[in-house]
Amino acid sequence: MSSVPDSRKDVALRCRQLVKRYGQVVAVDGLDLAVLRGECFGLLGPNGAGKTTTIEILEGLLEPDAGEVEVLGVGWAGEGHDLRERIGIQLQETQLHDKLTVEETLRLFRSFYREGRTIQELIEITELDVKRTSRVGKLSGGQKQRLAVACALAGRPEVLFLDEPTTGLDPQSRRQMWSVFERFRAGGGSILITTHHMEEAEALCDRVAVVDRGRVIALGSPAELVASLGRAQPPGAPQSATLEDVFVSLTGRHLRDD
Amino acid sequence: MTDTLRRPSPLLQLTLLRIREYTREPEALFWIFAFPILMALALGIAFRSPSNPPIRVGIAASAGLDTVRARLERVAGFEVREIEAARVDAALRDGEVHLMIVGAEPPVYRYDPTRAESRLARVAVDDALQRADGRADRWTAEDQQVATPGSRYIDWLVPGLLGMNIMSTSLWGIAFSIVTTRTRKLLKRLVATPMRRRDFLLSQLLGRLVFLAFEVALLLGFAWVVFDVRIRGAIVLVAGLSLLGAFSSAGLALLVAARAKTVEGVSGLLNLVMLPMWILSGVFFSTANFPDAMQPFIKALPLTALNDALRAVILEGAPAGALALDTGILAAWTVVTFGLALRWFRWL
Repeated sequence: MSSVPDSRKDVALRCRQLVKRYGQVVAVDGLDLAVLRGECFGLLGPNGAGKTTTIEILEGLLEPDAGEVEVLGVGWAGEGHDLRERIGIQLQETQLHDKLTVEETLRLFRSFYREGRTIQELIEITELDVKRTSRVGKLSGGQKQRLAVACALAGRPEVLFLDEPTTGLDPQSRRQMWSVFERFRAGGGSILITTHHMEEAEALCDRVAVVDRGRVIALGSPAELVASLGRAQPPGAPQSATLEDVFVSLTGRHLRDD
Repeated sequence: MTDTLRRPSPLLQLTLLRIREYTREPEALFWIFAFPILMALALGIAFRSPSNPPIRVGIAASAGLDTVRARLERVAGFEVREIEAARVDAALRDGEVHLMIVGAEPPVYRYDPTRAESRLARVAVDDALQRADGRADRWTAEDQQVATPGSRYIDWLVPGLLGMNIMSTSLWGIAFSIVTTRTRKLLKRLVATPMRRRDFLLSQLLGRLVFLAFEVALLLGFAWVVFDVRIRGAIVLVAGLSLLGAFSSAGLALLVAARAKTVEGVSGLLNLVMLPMWILSGVFFSTANFPDAMQPFIKALPLTALNDALRAVILEGAPAGALALDTGILAAWTVVTFGLALRWFRWL
C-alpha cells in the first residue's frame, strides 16, 4: 500500500473520520481519504456504499455530521466561494437545459468563473465541435456527459470531481470520455472519480479506495489490490484476477447488483 | 491562456437562459400571449350582446293556466315553456326557466330567490300580469341605457384581466422554472459553481420583465382595437403599476417555489395562491359582492390592489398621488415575499 504523505501542498483533497447519517441510516461511517495533487483517485463500491455522499461532502454540497474536510488546503466554511473558482464538478443526475445549444450552455457556465478556458478550448477538449450549435436535448448520452464535463472544466479547475461519469454509456463513448480525463490530467489536474466499473478504475486511477457500508475497506493502486489477493483467490476464479475479485473476496458480494 | 477580459456577464447569461427557455417553448408563449386575449374576446362578446335575452317562464302543465299563458305571450321579452309537474324543480335548478308559475288566481310563483335572474323574472312577470289584469300605471319612466365607451362591462373587465395576467404569468413562469431547475438537479449544479445566488434570482425577474412589456401592450392594444377600450390616465402609470405588479408576483413566486421539490407540489401551491385571488380580487365581478367583514382582507390581496390601481388609472385617469394605498400594498408584498423567500430558499 502506498504511504499517505502529510505535506499539505501535496494533498488535493483530504477528509478524516467523515460521518453522514440520513435518519437511522449511516451513509458514511468514519471515512478517511487523501487524494494527492496530480493523482486520479477512484472511489469504488456498489450502489449505496456511500460514494456519492462522500464526494458531495468533499464538493461542499453536503454538510457532514462529523469529521474534517480539506480541499486544496482549505475547509468549506468561510472560503466556500473562492474554493468554487478552483474546482470543477460533474454531478451524477444533472440534466442540463434541453433548449440551450452546446455553445450557449458553455458560455453560461463559463460566465460564473473569473478565469477559465475559452468556449473554443472547452469544445476542443471534449470533442464537441460538430455539435456546437445543437440543442442539448438532441445530444446522445455520451455527448451530454461530455458536455457536463466541459461545464466542469469551464473555470480551469485544479481538481475535478466526477460522480459516475460514464454510467450508461457504450464502450466507445466511455473510451472517448477517458481520453478527456487524460487530457485534463496531462495539464496537471487532480481527479476524484466514483465508479462501479472495475475496467474504468483500472484504466484511469492511480489509486483506488474500495468503499463498502460507508467505510474504506481497501486502499492502493489497482495492481497492488489485485496482487494482495494472492493466494486468497477463490477456486475457479479467472487466471488473471481483477478488482472485481478483490471486492468479492473482501465483502463476499459483487460490485454490481445488475 | 486565460480570458478574464472576455468573461461574459453571469447575470446577462442567466437572463438570456430565461428568455430562451420561453421563446423556445411554443406552449409557454401561447399561455402568455394568446390566453388573456382569447379570454377578453370571449367575455367581451358574451357581455356586449345588445339585445336583452328573454325571460324564460315555465308554466306547470295542466294547472288551468291558459289565461296566464296567453297574457304573458302577448308581452315582449318573455319565453313561455310548458313544464311537466314532475320536472318543475329540475327545470328551475338547471336554469331552463327562471321562474315557474304553478297556480292561478292569484298566481303562484315558484323560484329560487338567491338567483338574481329569478328575482328579476318575479318582478317582470308580476308586472306584466297585473297590467294585463287592468292595473293602471301612474306614470311612465324614461330609460337611459348606458352603452358609451368607458362605462361598459368590457371597460371594467380589461384592467382586471390585465392585472390577472401580470400576476399569473409571473407566478407560473418563475415558480415553474425554479422548480424544474431544482428537480433536474440543475440548481444543485449551478450552486456547485461560483455563481452568485442573487444573480440567479434576479435573472428570474429580469427574464419576466422582458415579456411583461409585450404582454401588457398586446392586451391593451387588442382591447382598444376590438372593443374601443381607452386608457384615460397616463401610460407611464400603467407601465409603473405593471412593473410593481410583476415585482410583487415575482416575490410570491419565489416564496411558493422556495422549498417545493416537485412540479406537482408547486402546482398545488400556485392554485392555492391564485384561485382565491381570481375570485376575490375583482377580476370578473366586483369585490362589493363579498360581505363587509371580508373587505379589509380582500383589499390587502396584491391582485386587488393591482386591479384597483389599474382601474383607477385606465378608467378614471387617476393621478399618481391617488394610488398611494394600492402601490403601498404592492410594495409591502414585494418586500415581505422576497425577504421570506430568500430566507427559506432551498438551494440544494
